[in-house]
Amino acid sequence: MANNEVILSARDVEIQFSLRGRKLTAIRKCSLDLHKGETLAIVGESGSGKSVFTKSFLGMLDANGKIIGGSIMYDGVDISQYTTEKEWMTIRGKKIAMVMQDPMTSLNPLKKIGKQIQESIEINQGIKGPEAKKLALEMIAKVGIPDPEKRYNQYPHEFSGGMRQRVVIAIAVACHPDILICDEPTTALDVTIQAQILNLIRELQEELKMTVVYITHDLGVVANVADRVAVMYAGQIVECGLVDEIFYDAWHPYTWALLSSLPQLGVKGEPLPTIEGTPPNLFNTIKGDAFAPRNKQALAIDFEEEPPFFNVTETHIAKTWYLDPRAPKIEQPKSIRMLREKMRERR
Amino acid sequence: MSEREKLIEVKDLQITFGSGRKKFVAVDHVNFDIYKGETFSLVGESGSGKTTIGRAITRINPVSAGEIYFKGKKISGKISRELDLEVIKKCQMIFQDPMASLNERAKVDYIVSEGLINHHLYKDDQDRENKVQAALREVGLLPEFASRFPHEFSGGQRQRIGIARALIMEPEFVVADEPISALDVSIRAQVLNLLNELKKSRGLTYLFIAHDLSVVRFISDRIAVIYKGRIVELAEAEELFLHPLHPYTQALLSAVPIPDPEREKKKKLLVYDPSVHDYSQDGPVWEEILPGHFVWGNQKELEGYRKKIEEGNF
Repeated sequence: MANNEVILSARDVEIQFSLRGRKLTAIRKCSLDLHKGETLAIVGESGSGKSVFTKSFLGMLDANGKIIGGSIMYDGVDISQYTTEKEWMTIRGKKIAMVMQDPMTSLNPLKKIGKQIQESIEINQGIKGPEAKKLALEMIAKVGIPDPEKRYNQYPHEFSGGMRQRVVIAIAVACHPDILICDEPTTALDVTIQAQILNLIRELQEELKMTVVYITHDLGVVANVADRVAVMYAGQIVECGLVDEIFYDAWHPYTWALLSSLPQLGVKGEPLPTIEGTPPNLFNTIKGDAFAPRNKQALAIDFEEEPPFFNVTETHIAKTWYLDPRAPKIEQPKSIRMLREKMRERR
Repeated sequence: MSEREKLIEVKDLQITFGSGRKKFVAVDHVNFDIYKGETFSLVGESGSGKTTIGRAITRINPVSAGEIYFKGKKISGKISRELDLEVIKKCQMIFQDPMASLNERAKVDYIVSEGLINHHLYKDDQDRENKVQAALREVGLLPEFASRFPHEFSGGQRQRIGIARALIMEPEFVVADEPISALDVSIRAQVLNLLNELKKSRGLTYLFIAHDLSVVRFISDRIAVIYKGRIVELAEAEELFLHPLHPYTQALLSAVPIPDPEREKKKKLLVYDPSVHDYSQDGPVWEEILPGHFVWGNQKELEGYRKKIEEGNF
């Protein structure tokens, strides 16, 4: 379990993309503390900025994207000020590594997988030749690929999806990073393989004492892996807390909407609750609570003023006016309160 | 059960690709019936042949052995031209990825009415347009959308266009091939609701192909679990989740993540090992072990399953 030592601290990060002369603010003053050794899951729908936010920790934003405000403190340095590739290369892969979603596209199809793992070791650790090969072989065995010697000389097309994702993980953890960011690592995989990959990441995390950040939209995966959960909506974290707090005692209406649209909570023959409308256009400035237009129970103030974070507990914060002492009493929807019982009674 | 009308019957279906040394048996010994008005789901890992079965029913893939019946008429193999046209009209398909399944260079109007055009199922242009607009309205889109191109729509809307394209042919049977796996969580619920509404209002029958078991449990009446081209278990949805018999079904169910942190932390993962089956002496059969609950196994295994049911040990 995580202790409370903060390993990376993002404060009021703002990220803007320029698209055909227009400015899109993808991340709007987003703050996050990563604790050493923990597993944090970031959830949200596509376009909410979860990938962009974490990519900014490695300087992997697209060329038209820029961090325009805030700071990202890592190891005593504000890495959001980094501009050159040379600076980023001291962090990327060595200290913070990333596993991408689709193992079909994140490997080089023309290169033997052993070489691809070895390359990561050679570049980031400065170990060359047979020494690096030995480490690469160790890595292949460590991620659970049988017969490393033979597999070292094979190409990505000779691997199944699950095995390829193991290779991607091997490349990412070959240099023992402090932080491993997994961007939808199992979305492209089957359920049985998914469970194996999640277990593998968990084992490696324990062995190498890594901090792991999951980006996902599968709340089942979140429940399986996470210590803490951050919910993102329209470029902001709207609620953040321990996994139990988010699943059993959520407070932001968007988190409610996400949880109650789960098919597991649905009653057969009845429609599932859905989230009406679409996320806001991030080209425009957003006034008030970004989720208010889609929230049937929105308060008048939600349309006027952006809510601050309120503490639910010491570890649980939510950005909603519902928690203001002046707000009318609003109860969590019944389906949210029932979630625990409902999940308990079915097998 | 037996008085219900069988819409689709699949008997000893086998589908192979290639020939000679390269021959690959994708689907083998598959038997199931789909009753009128139900949602029948096929679940299994990628490459297990679930899409192939769906495509065989809509006559996209040829069948190498066995038969498929639609409303009592044989539709596999060589059939008359009239029957072929009827199957094309009455059995429609909804595809997985709405980003790839719509013609990027055609307007929605054309995409939706392509089936009508191919079969001359409209009186005049006005009639065709009316049909398109009605279909768009039925799936929750605005009739104005007919003049736009697919790239102007979000994933959820594009999937609705795909559904409208299937509906306009007034099908009785729809093969939905992973219709929601490429969509976002919040959109998924909307599309699932739409499919369920259409089932009621149109009296549709679905063959739902998916790998997400939580969705399958919510939407299906009956579920068949397929492993390496063979259906290993078939039962009513709740029955299958409560009393899984075949070891593969059990492994598959244990791997489904449940959105409950306390249960997930305690969860024990089962791994399926195909070598537990010893079929060298005692050949496996497709057995109805409980009314409506079928499982693939040899006599020894079936005995074990029966004992398990008696003891209620799950």
